[in-house]
Amino acid sequence: MSRPLDADGLTLPGAVAGSAPATARDGLRRRWWRFARNRGAVFGLAVCVAVVLLSVLAPVISPYDPLAQGAGPALQPPSMAHWAGTDSFGRDMLSRIIYGARIALAVGLVSVLLALVIGVALGLVAGYYGGVLDIVIMRVMDGLFAFPIIILAIAMMAIMGFGVTNVIIAVGVGFIAPFARVTRADVLAVKEEPYIEAARLAGVSGRAIILRHVLPNVAAPIIVQAALRVSGAIITEAGLSFLGLGPPPPTPVWGSMIAEGRNFIVMAPHVSTIPGVALMITIVGLNLLGDGLRDTLDPRLRR
Amino acid sequence: MTERVVDERPGSAGALGALGGQGGHVGAPLLEVEDLVKHFPIRQGPLARLLGREPRVVRAVDGVSFAVQAGETLGLVGESGCGKTTTGRLVLRAIDPTGGRIRFEGDDIAGLHGSALLPFRRRAQIVFQDPYTSLNPRMTIGRIVGEPMLVHGLVKRADLPERVAALLETVGLQREHAERYPHELSGGQRQRVGIARALSVGPRLVVADEAVSALDVSVRAQILNLFVTLRERLGLAYLFVSHDLGVIRFVSHRVAVMYLGALVEVAPVRELFQRPLHPYTQALLAAIPTIGDGSSSIFDQPGRLLDGELPSPIDLPRGCRFASRCPHRMPRCAEVEPTLDTVASDHVVACHLYGDAKGERS
Amino acid sequence: MTAETILDVRDLTVDFHLDGTVLRAVDGISLSVRRGEIVGLVGESGAGKSLTSEAILRLIRCPPGRITGEVRFRGRNLLDLDEDALSRIRGREIAMIFQNPAGSLNPVFRVGAQLHEAMALHLDEPRPALRARVVDILARVGIPAPRTRARDYPHQFSGGMAQRVMVGMGMSCVPALLIADEPTTALDVTIQAQVLALIRQLARETGAAVLLVSHDLGIISQMCDRVIVMYAGRIVEQASIATVFGAPAHPYTRALVDCLPRVDGVERLGTIGGVMPGLRALPPGCRFHPRCPIAEPRCSVDVPALRALTPDHRAACHLARPGA
Repeated sequence: MSRPLDADGLTLPGAVAGSAPATARDGLRRRWWRFARNRGAVFGLAVCVAVVLLSVLAPVISPYDPLAQGAGPALQPPSMAHWAGTDSFGRDMLSRIIYGARIALAVGLVSVLLALVIGVALGLVAGYYGGVLDIVIMRVMDGLFAFPIIILAIAMMAIMGFGVTNVIIAVGVGFIAPFARVTRADVLAVKEEPYIEAARLAGVSGRAIILRHVLPNVAAPIIVQAALRVSGAIITEAGLSFLGLGPPPPTPVWGSMIAEGRNFIVMAPHVSTIPGVALMITIVGLNLLGDGLRDTLDPRLRR
Repeated sequence: MTERVVDERPGSAGALGALGGQGGHVGAPLLEVEDLVKHFPIRQGPLARLLGREPRVVRAVDGVSFAVQAGETLGLVGESGCGKTTTGRLVLRAIDPTGGRIRFEGDDIAGLHGSALLPFRRRAQIVFQDPYTSLNPRMTIGRIVGEPMLVHGLVKRADLPERVAALLETVGLQREHAERYPHELSGGQRQRVGIARALSVGPRLVVADEAVSALDVSVRAQILNLFVTLRERLGLAYLFVSHDLGVIRFVSHRVAVMYLGALVEVAPVRELFQRPLHPYTQALLAAIPTIGDGSSSIFDQPGRLLDGELPSPIDLPRGCRFASRCPHRMPRCAEVEPTLDTVASDHVVACHLYGDAKGERS
Repeated sequence: MTAETILDVRDLTVDFHLDGTVLRAVDGISLSVRRGEIVGLVGESGAGKSLTSEAILRLIRCPPGRITGEVRFRGRNLLDLDEDALSRIRGREIAMIFQNPAGSLNPVFRVGAQLHEAMALHLDEPRPALRARVVDILARVGIPAPRTRARDYPHQFSGGMAQRVMVGMGMSCVPALLIADEPTTALDVTIQAQVLALIRQLARETGAAVLLVSHDLGIISQMCDRVIVMYAGRIVEQASIATVFGAPAHPYTRALVDCLPRVDGVERLGTIGGVMPGLRALPPGCRFHPRCPIAEPRCSVDVPALRALTPDHRAACHLARPGA
């Protein structure tokens, strides 16, 4: 029977004007504090920063050339000389994992960016204009969505051939549909707001309304979606590489490193498990960061 | 408002002339709405469509005619679902009319679309009901107020801050508010921003759609006063849409009462409140809880209060729309729909109690 | 003249513990409602009027809320009762009507069944008798074809009809007290008049005491015998309708009445500068003093007590004089 707290405008007083000359920066600071109180999110952020640093600084910090065979004896377990051991060609695993982070991150970020740009554009157009345009766009999206992403990617790789660029395109296309859907759903809600009608009645053109009024108000869930999809993209890329559909062999890629290690899983378990752990930590970190962003940016928690 | 000449121009029906309010003034009215119709189709099931059943419609606005003179405030009053908000949105061409004419400064804008409407958008603006959802939460007040001026190329970018500041001061805000975001303002302040945005393009007509209904008593009084001040200073005309008869009485020169998609009575404000003719207007006035001395209560005289509820606007009865609730119902009311007829100078009413059989709608 | 006092609230205070701070939303409210009396609780949004009525019924989630003081209902302090004893009183001896009638009815059950269930909880009568009473109640609150409508679902009722059902449901157990919180705010004028007339009629018939919470001074004036005006969590004035609207003693009440458009030919409405302070920024002394046209230096220091100007008229203002 008890009713929510804001029954008598109780949530309002803090925001009532004149009481505090709040600025946009204050809002950002408040959001940052809410984010910082979430331990998982902070951990996720730390992991992501570490992964980014590793990939940027790879040439500086990796102890060996990741492609150099015979950097040490083959299939050595971790030691002082090779912190993560060596693989069957005697390549330094640590260096390969550090360089592998580069590719994982590049594939994750670029493919999601690609999907975001195309998906959000389609979602905005479909949601705002509606009608036939909406039906056509969303049916195509449904078609894309019906395939599991990995199958879609395999099919595309089979057509376009292997290579990092093609992996990025394949994964990116696979992620267009979810972005289009999330965007469209929010646009449908936002476009009914009176401020959109006010802009229309002021003579603002459709394109300007979409860019200036609609997009900023649907941005938060898109950002959250993007953060969460990066981990999905990295996993997809690892899966493709594991199946031998990723960048061709000497390239240091986590997925193919795990696949290689399978042959020696009893003799030298580190060859499979260490890239696996690297992949796992990255994924968990990205997901925690995404969840934290969602909690911070979720429009339902904000006024 | 004191001297008013009855419109006797040839070619304009007597009723329409009276609808025009201060008819007889030189020149056409600012806004002239004639037989405006808006039907919303009801989504049909596939079976009904397959059977070729006639698509059913909600008759939200069903043949409304009125006019607003420059500088005049026409109050449009009615209960929820009567079509008053739809009428306001039609007039501004926020939605497309199903039929009828909307003449603004002499030009018919009912059929215009897209950029052809741009010149009109400069001349007619809107103030919304909800000050919380009518301002883009991601924009500063300065951008909200400035955007329409930039769209219409009314001001150079360099001069914009000064123009915005002047507008904010016009509506009783400070220039510093331009830097703020909507959520940092109170409801009353936000509504002032909404008014500033409407004024930014220099309109002649402002449609106020329940513009003070969401505000508390003391804030509402401030905003109502602002509307009146702006009318005097800028010569604005208002189409003031509201369900609140107290507000309508304070702000309007003339009042149009709407019921179920049609106007039932139009009269100057004082006349309407002192001598309401239509039984619905009478019932509406009787139901307002005005401040009394506590010695008697309108709620103790159920006979004066209206029975029943609004019929569905989908299957309108033949004859008078109000017949089902009317205390003065006559046999003809169920048969013949009454038209708006002039009963006194500037006072028109659609009721069989007044006037004779002529002018029946075919 | 002096009928039995049904509800006697003493020094009621509602605090909210949020983010380590304590916000006092209702600050030391005392009021009483006698048998057969309709008392209005009026104020603008944020004045604490709804919270007061919810605190009386203990409908506030605690924590974060905390209710102190005394709420004596026929001599028993509701704040001391356990949840079981309280729910036996709520709905039977105290009826409640809220703003949103549709939200008070469960959408998946028929209206008649819900009325039936509510009454079965409180009345010890055989089923056929209850069923007849359900139809009887629907007929009494003016629902056409009550026998058929009892089998309808809530969405088939309009807002006005649903609210009438709520009134009928509330009054069916002949409660001693009815608390109505903005019961007609969501309704149209003509429908509002029907519902209010119904409440007034049933209250008069059953002799129930009524506490009517509303922001609408007109409704209060037409419905109530006495009125209590709240501002920023405190009572600023209480008196009979004639006194409050004819000769208000508190400057806030005066200003509020002046804000209403009600006479012909007024050029401008009276206004109150500024806005009601938020709970996080309550001013010291009299809470109205920053907006008060007649404030003196002491108003910003001393909290004015609610003083009796005449036996039936109290105001919380240093400058209030009887008949002012």
